[in-house]
Amino acid sequence: MADEMQLLEERVNREYEYGFSTDIETDTAPKGLNEDIIRLISRKKHEPEWLLEWRLKAFRHWEKMTMPKWANLQYPEINFQDIIYYAAPKTKKAKPGKLDEVDPELLKTLDKLGISLNEQKRLTGVAVDVVMDSVSVATTFQEQLAEKGIIFCAISEAVQKHPDLLRRYLGTVVPMTDNFFAALNSAVFTDGSFCYIPKGVRCPMELSTYFRINKENSGQFERTLIIAEDGAYVSYLEGCTAPRRDENQLHAAIVEIVAMGHAEVKYSTVQNWYPGDDAGKGGIYNFVTKRGICKGNNSKISWTQVETGSAITWKYPSVILKGDNSIGEFYSVALTTKFQQADTGTKMHHIGKNTRSRIVSKGISAGKSQNSYRGLVKVAKTAENARNFSQCDSLLLGDKCGAHTFPYIESKNNTAVVEHEATTSKIGEDQLFYCEQRGLDAEKAVALIVTGFAKEVMNNLPMEFAVEAQKLLAVSLEGSVG
Amino acid sequence: MDTIRTEYLEERFKELQSAQTGSALQNWRSEGFKNFSKLGLPTLKNEEWKYTGISRLFTKDYTIPSKKDNVIDRETVDKAAIPGASGMEHLVFVNGKFNKDLSSFQSNDGFEICSLEEAFNGKYHEDAEAYFNKSSLFIKDGIHALNSSFMNESVFIKIRKNYHATKPFYFDHIFDTTSNHLLASPRILVVIEENANVQMIGSYYTHGSMDSFSNEVMEIVVKENARLEYYKIQNDTPNGSHTGTTHIRQVGKSYVHTVNISLNGGMIRNNTDIIMEEQANEAHMYGLYFLKGNTHVDNHTLVDNTKPHCFSNELYKGIIDEHATGVFSGKIYVRPDAQKINAYQSNKNILLSDTGTINTKPQLEIYADDVKCSHGCTVGRLDDEALYYLRARGINKDLAKSMLLKAFAEEIVMQIKIEPLKEYVEVQISDRLQLAD
Repeated sequence: MADEMQLLEERVNREYEYGFSTDIETDTAPKGLNEDIIRLISRKKHEPEWLLEWRLKAFRHWEKMTMPKWANLQYPEINFQDIIYYAAPKTKKAKPGKLDEVDPELLKTLDKLGISLNEQKRLTGVAVDVVMDSVSVATTFQEQLAEKGIIFCAISEAVQKHPDLLRRYLGTVVPMTDNFFAALNSAVFTDGSFCYIPKGVRCPMELSTYFRINKENSGQFERTLIIAEDGAYVSYLEGCTAPRRDENQLHAAIVEIVAMGHAEVKYSTVQNWYPGDDAGKGGIYNFVTKRGICKGNNSKISWTQVETGSAITWKYPSVILKGDNSIGEFYSVALTTKFQQADTGTKMHHIGKNTRSRIVSKGISAGKSQNSYRGLVKVAKTAENARNFSQCDSLLLGDKCGAHTFPYIESKNNTAVVEHEATTSKIGEDQLFYCEQRGLDAEKAVALIVTGFAKEVMNNLPMEFAVEAQKLLAVSLEGSVG
Repeated sequence: MDTIRTEYLEERFKELQSAQTGSALQNWRSEGFKNFSKLGLPTLKNEEWKYTGISRLFTKDYTIPSKKDNVIDRETVDKAAIPGASGMEHLVFVNGKFNKDLSSFQSNDGFEICSLEEAFNGKYHEDAEAYFNKSSLFIKDGIHALNSSFMNESVFIKIRKNYHATKPFYFDHIFDTTSNHLLASPRILVVIEENANVQMIGSYYTHGSMDSFSNEVMEIVVKENARLEYYKIQNDTPNGSHTGTTHIRQVGKSYVHTVNISLNGGMIRNNTDIIMEEQANEAHMYGLYFLKGNTHVDNHTLVDNTKPHCFSNELYKGIIDEHATGVFSGKIYVRPDAQKINAYQSNKNILLSDTGTINTKPQLEIYADDVKCSHGCTVGRLDDEALYYLRARGINKDLAKSMLLKAFAEEIVMQIKIEPLKEYVEVQISDRLQLAD
């Protein structure tokens, strides 16, 4: 308990600590988006013809689409011609096991971010794929994983080495025409992680991707594909940061997960993009499409997210429960402060028999922020005995912020049971009084109560992340009380 | 697939306008039609109409009678009316137009009924100017605009200060579709003055085998210390479709109680909006939709808390059988600085058939921090344990199911505080469940 409080204490009164930028030479494409840029990206990555065609098809579709307006968000029109779609640090990617080949400047950056590749290698046993701007710069533990038949590499590497697998699954969960940002990503995605767990293999360590936007004026469009074969298990972590800049930068990613029979995938995110300054200037626009499919019977996909960063978050990790007895879970803490806006939630699409889903969403809004939960639970006619439970709680800190809940429930099966409940309130005065009476000052008391409020979600995070996430919550809350 | 047609409406609109030159409503109608032309019919892409494809009602040509028609006889009125109507302030609307000859009143003071034109031209000018068509600021869609375009023989009602009505006001809507498809646009403005107390009922009846589409807008203003109970009963034939906006403004500290019962009909959409414009308002909203056949009912509610210390409680329940569809979309809106709000919303559904559909969307939009708001919603089946309990006591399965459903519905029915109306609804539900009383 004391440690926890000390941790919080340490972090209070700190600015966004990942706001530095690295002076590293980058190879960039000119600003703007057209077919030539896409050809350029494709050429730089030595992609096969089919992938280029696929990108161009997505681009042509994207051109016909308009920006979605339904979210409870307000932001100026994004000029898609004013973004750099490809920015690669000029450094050779280290071969597996030879980290010394990595540019020292880059290693320093990673150290600063708390992801020391060397140290990690020896101590923590988490395999990391680091994506900086448009390319993957390092992947660790590849050899050890390969022994078990696990493929964990950058998606651009997978294009070269595992084209069949990629071609079979790419775009099957999130079709390129799915939505505006998915189409954009499909056209210009530059890197990301690829992960394949073969039949019956339990991945021995946490796999992790770390995203970093460094170059100014650039956007990051990465794509992650995770495939878990029959009976496989993997726990996957994702983290992200960006430098402080005055302009808004765009991040439009796609994550696709395929879980075959009896497979289990656990995907955890701690999202900490630069949220903008106190006046609401700058920050990342985070428009992400994340979707998993429980393809086989008895499979399970679980999303856990802690959202504290980004000027705007537009993100709905979803699960298609196709296999019988499959399970989908969504645990989320979304914290917004300053002028942040978040419209986030999930979709649970029940198709198979006896499918179950659980949604726990905790929204905390402070400052002048707006925080919305938007979720869909859809029960198809075929989903006999489907079961869903959703709980969305919102906590308001301060009278200038907003908390909103937009759940959608669509049921076509008369044996299904769907429940939803939501509450919105501020911190109880009796709770505060109780804490203060025992000698905690207001700020500490609030941090304590918020930690408790988010506990149910935090408990679902892997250890390494849980500590990080708690700290994050405390930092972001700083100054929002009183 | 029949195509959707609305072009012919322009001609009908011009006919109506030229038949009513000099009417105070002409400008309002023009504005309405201008908006309708601009907005068009709502499509499924419109978030507020996501689950109700209203445009498919427009695959046929509707007649919109512009002149007064007395095609309905007394016998039909009696048939259409709910039990006990003879003891009420009975306002009959034929094809959306108020018909004074068929209406009957029990008392003659305490309230005033006149046409909207008279209100605009005469002594209620101020009320009409202040309160008319304010609902269009909240509901900006083509359907509302369509009502404004074709409102005709609309009614203004004023409930005087301190008047405690002992007889309910009954708005009895009858649609004559013996020879044509009919589009009716009833429009009602009610102003309830300080300390008044009134109960109101609305019901809808399609007479004839062709289709009717009634598109009603009712605006009610409730002033300081007034009390309103409003009951909307929908038990029409499957060829009777309806969209209705009940827009209630609580402009003074007041009490509102609404109950919406939907049993039969075609495609039905009910907008019930309560706007709390003063501190310490209280509202209770209840709804029951017990549907079968192809009936589609969409209940859309809004509680807009603009001032502190308001209380609202909302409970809607649905039982869906056969091919029916039930939609619930509720919104609690708390404006900035509207502190100390208590707002509760609950929606419970039972799906009986594997061909029915339930779509529900309970929403909270909150911009103030010191509030207590919650919503809950369930979609499910009958409790197996409760069924087992009853069956273990020698009650057969069908009867046990009926008993449980009746009990489920009763929570809403008991909110009806007009005895004959409550009995009528109970009988309808018992018949549906094949239960003896």
